[in-house]
Amino acid sequence: MENLSILTHLDYTLMTVAIGAALLGTVSGALGTYAVLRRQSLLGDAISHAALPGIAIAFLLTGSKTPLILVLGAAIAGWLGTLLILSIVRLTRIKYDSALAIVLSTFFGFGLVLHTLIQRTGNANQAGLDTFLFGQAATILERDVLTIGILGGVALIIMLIFWKELKLLVFDEGFAASIGLPTRTLDILLTSLLVIAIVLGLQAVGAVLMSAMLVAPAVAARQWTNRLRLMVFLAACFGALAGVIGTIISSTASRIPTGPTIVLCATVIVGISITFAPNRGLVWDWLRQQRNRRNLKIETSRN
Amino acid sequence: MQPSEPKAIEVTDLTVAYQDKPVLWDIDLDVPPGVLLSIVGPNGAGKTTLIKAILGLVRPAAGNVLIYDKPYDAQRRIVGYVPQRGSVDWDFPTNVLDVVMMGRYGALGWVRRPGKKERELAMHALEKVSMEGYTTRQISQLSGGQQQRVFLARALVQDATVYLMDEPFQGVDATTERAIVTLLQELRANGKTVVVVHHDLQTVTDYFDWVMLLNIRRIASGPVDETFTPDNLRETYGGRIAFMK
Repeated sequence: MENLSILTHLDYTLMTVAIGAALLGTVSGALGTYAVLRRQSLLGDAISHAALPGIAIAFLLTGSKTPLILVLGAAIAGWLGTLLILSIVRLTRIKYDSALAIVLSTFFGFGLVLHTLIQRTGNANQAGLDTFLFGQAATILERDVLTIGILGGVALIIMLIFWKELKLLVFDEGFAASIGLPTRTLDILLTSLLVIAIVLGLQAVGAVLMSAMLVAPAVAARQWTNRLRLMVFLAACFGALAGVIGTIISSTASRIPTGPTIVLCATVIVGISITFAPNRGLVWDWLRQQRNRRNLKIETSRN
Repeated sequence: MQPSEPKAIEVTDLTVAYQDKPVLWDIDLDVPPGVLLSIVGPNGAGKTTLIKAILGLVRPAAGNVLIYDKPYDAQRRIVGYVPQRGSVDWDFPTNVLDVVMMGRYGALGWVRRPGKKERELAMHALEKVSMEGYTTRQISQLSGGQQQRVFLARALVQDATVYLMDEPFQGVDATTERAIVTLLQELRANGKTVVVVHHDLQTVTDYFDWVMLLNIRRIASGPVDETFTPDNLRETYGGRIAFMK
């Protein structure tokens, strides 16, 4: 009987973790589509790294590890980082990629310093803060799942409400502005949704690899479809799949950080998609080339 | 003072600068309704910037733009825009019909989705540019000329009075070029005003009835036969042009 109760307990933990990871993958996959289509894949990387000091500061100020408070700290820091990048590009002659690299490393370095300081204080409550580096899905509790579900759900609903406006912004910003859409506001909105997706994933996936959760599912999804609607849907599914498989593997085997495991799962999905997808896949390309070559041969032999 | 003619576009003292460098300097331009005007000038003359300034897409350092006596913000609904084809990523996951329906987004307003009416308008516009057989085609699988036609169809569904087009003839084949010219002339015949950034000096007299010569400053503007003179062209291109006449 005792064995059984351990088993059900394990199942319950695993279930919680898996649901959390699935929600996470859905949100980051769907919103990551926009980042990929706007060629802002690296912005996600900068945001997730920039969010790290926010977690530390939120903890230092409140002494609490309530997910909502830490997520809020991460979101504010991620936001400030993004704002800083955009301001640097606008006000100086520094180019976008350099601004990205500067902000990313500065914020991340600052975050590491703060985390080390927190660890030195010997605050018993601090255990677990370092999971934000590489992620530890096993630490996902019911309240975390709730946070991910509510905030992620809100982000997805906003994305759906402004579907056509965001689509036009990403496809043709100049035209969008010409018909009167407030492109700068929409840009801020889209970036904010991205920030939400990223900070929700920090606990499970970690700051270092979170951007892969945005980019990989979208890149894989693009291989299978030429429709935005389907691409967002597929990216959400791929994200959820990678999230669930990755977290389950990492929480059953001891001490494997979740971030890298999820990323490896996502990489497999990307690999399969790039190789086997019809039309855009490598195999398809190769077959098409062979067929063309054969047709060419037939034609030249006829002449 | 005599009552002035209505003007489709009125640009006064317009100056635009990127980081202290003037791209447009003190431009004045009056476009009467119902003309087909080409903006001509060398690379870097500010042709695209002028279009964007009229549309409020770049903020001028000084000057003023009026569309039928009102600022652009008040007149959006009567202005149609065809951006440069190269300004968007044609690998974006969408199809021809969807892009054309984007021309209705302004009229639709926030949140509302395009429906049956928008679909019909888009189909009608696609017929006008002979692209009705391509509705579900992914846009990356179009030739340059076809992409241009799609952009024109998107502007047509805007159902505007004033059209601004940035290099619609760029990289299109002869058939498409003829089709576009026919379309432009049809628009003018319906009383629309069309402003086109144009590159090919040889076709200016054939295609357009008005011309503006631009090189940071406005060199000249007016009816083609008065304005498109060797002297004005020499001034615009700084003598770096071999005359074919």
